[in-house]
Amino acid sequence: MNIFVCIKQVPDTETKITPNGDGTYIETSSIKWIMNPYDEFAVEQALLTKQANSGSTVTVVRVGGVKDTEALRTALAMGADDAILVESDDNLDSFMTAKALKGAIEKSGKTPDVIFTGKQAIDDDCLQVPQLLAGMLNLPSVSVVVGCEETGGTFTLKREVEGGALEVYEVKSPAVIACNKGLNTPRYASLPGIMKAKRKPLAQHSLADVGVSDADRRVKYSGFQLPPEKPAG
Amino acid sequence: MAKVLVFTEVTADNVKSVTYEILGKLAGNEVDVAAVGQVPAGAVAELAKFGAANIHSLKGDNLDNYSPEGYANALKEFIGNGGYDYVFAGSTSLAKDLFPRLSGMFDAGMASEVTNFTMDGGTFAGTRPLFAGKCLAKVEIEGPKPHFVTVRPNALGMPSSENAAAGNAADASVSAGEIRAAIKEIIKGASEKLDLTEANIIVSGGRAMKEASNFKILEDLADTIGATVGASRAAVDSGYAPHAMQVGQTGKTVAPSLYIACGISGAIQHLAGMRTSKCIVAINTDPDAPIFTKADYGIVGDLFQIVPILTEEFKKIM
Ligand SMILES: Cc1cc2nc3c(=O)[nH]c(=O)nc-3n(C[C@H](O)[C@H](O)[C@H](O)COP(=O)(O)OP(=O)(O)OC[C@H]3O[C@@H](n4cnc5c(N)ncnc54)[C@H](O)[C@@H]3O)c2cc1C
Ligand SMILES: Cc1cc2nc3c(=O)[nH]c(=O)nc-3n(C[C@H](O)[C@H](O)[C@H](O)COP(=O)(O)OP(=O)(O)OC[C@H]3O[C@@H](n4cnc5c(N)ncnc54)[C@H](O)[C@@H]3O)c2cc1C
Repeated sequence: MNIFVCIKQVPDTETKITPNGDGTYIETSSIKWIMNPYDEFAVEQALLTKQANSGSTVTVVRVGGVKDTEALRTALAMGADDAILVESDDNLDSFMTAKALKGAIEKSGKTPDVIFTGKQAIDDDCLQVPQLLAGMLNLPSVSVVVGCEETGGTFTLKREVEGGALEVYEVKSPAVIACNKGLNTPRYASLPGIMKAKRKPLAQHSLADVGVSDADRRVKYSGFQLPPEKPAG
Repeated sequence: MAKVLVFTEVTADNVKSVTYEILGKLAGNEVDVAAVGQVPAGAVAELAKFGAANIHSLKGDNLDNYSPEGYANALKEFIGNGGYDYVFAGSTSLAKDLFPRLSGMFDAGMASEVTNFTMDGGTFAGTRPLFAGKCLAKVEIEGPKPHFVTVRPNALGMPSSENAAAGNAADASVSAGEIRAAIKEIIKGASEKLDLTEANIIVSGGRAMKEASNFKILEDLADTIGATVGASRAAVDSGYAPHAMQVGQTGKTVAPSLYIACGISGAIQHLAGMRTSKCIVAINTDPDAPIFTKADYGIVGDLFQIVPILTEEFKKIM
């Protein structure tokens, strides 16, 4: 199987968020970036799927700034085979992000059998990229997945909805699967894994290479500010 | 003035209440409502009172259960024919899954989970929390129409006045098309109560609950005051409560009128999920617990003594 995982780098959850001077975004100079927590479940599920299907490969894809490739290296150290970075200023909206991921996957020359993502990025909390990507690639998708079993290319997926109820889906590969907490227990990167990761291939493309331009922007943010403080009781 | 469609989900005898919150904010625009399935007669009358001109019940094969593709195909056709500028929905589990796919099919933009918005001159401008509510920003949508918006339940509040419109009810036939990811089974949740994200009152327990069976005292309080029970991540990770009950940055974001935190310290990731609650009550043995800095009312004491007393007192007056 050709397995893809989309991972995003987000500010550590402990980060104190401060709007920048002109309110166009937040102050990012002193942020510690981590792999989006939900994407760890996606990487783990990709590795489990690879283990169950010999001859499979796991490719991790990230759209974002080059300054720090921590999240991609972590995924490679956990056991992914290769990585793709689409360089961008980190100021894309969900639509542009999904289009860039599509472009990067197509450029890899491998036809995806399954694409794992997190259910949501904990910085923007938009919950758009997986479904948009699936739509753009004309693939079925299931989101907020807490159970995933695969036999012979057919996935049985449990999706969590209101009141803790579960919808059980069956879908043949190829498909996009957006992972939630509780799906699995992500492994830690081992020391040999970390050493090996340094030599694994990491392809880099520009946004133009993957067919994304500023004309693709759909959402504009402004006026970043702190929420009104609740007075202490 | 914009032409707007509000997509809603049908409940047993009404539609999701967030639909009325959205209608209230859309007064002055040309507004229709659509649901997949039959909109109940009572809801039709109520929707008309709050400004719905046309109320469409969309019907077709293979639409009894939700499926991302089936619903998206059906709505694509319906929205395309209607010439709408905007399509709104509450940010329910279903809409959060459906709307991004649908917006992509129109090559259009979407604003997720806004907590407020205006429609000055028929143009949408919204406010949405980012970084788990640690920050707010203004959001606008550009490019091809229709533009898609989901709204967080309980954030806008119910409309304060009525705004009657025609409320013509009609059926429309739609087609689900090819469905590759289909529901085989639905496993009921432990709770028949309102979901945390929609609840008006929440009683949450933390690590201090010590074991799963102790959540019974929170259930008792919740049953008495019509609340839904939540939990901190420490309680979930310790196996006292299922993940579906987790409130916080990696759980659910909630905005009830009343949030009662029992034995929860108030870690930044927990606050991220509940800080916009209108009134916060904290019960904690530690007077220095950070939760007290965000609480409107604080009770320093043992939850195992205080919660049952609260339940008894509420029983007397409810
Ligand atoms: C410095 C900075 C400035 C920004 N400015 C703007 C702005 O002006 N306007 C604007 O609209 N947004 C802006 N953003 C937000 C941001 O870049 C996108 O909104 C984001 O990439 C899409 O995230 P989402 O919340 O829609 O992801 P979700 O849909 O919540 O993410 C779900 C899953 O999709 C995958 N995914 C998401 N993003 C990526 C990615 N980049 N690479 C690989 N996989 C991914 C992951 O698997 C993730 O778990 C800015 C961000 C930064 C850091
Ligand atoms: C990436 C990441 C994501 C996270 N996401 C979340 C999230 O979504 N939600 C979340 O909740 N946490 C989240 N956390 C965890 C968070 O940091 C805290 O560890 C967690 O919220 C603590 O839970 P707690 O308050 O129940 O436990 P504790 O911090 O252990 O607090 C227990 C409290 O109970 C009090 N207490 C003890 N006995 C009694 C008694 N008998 N009566 C009354 N009070 C008593 C104590 O004084 C203490 O204040 C996340 C952490 C990380 C790193």
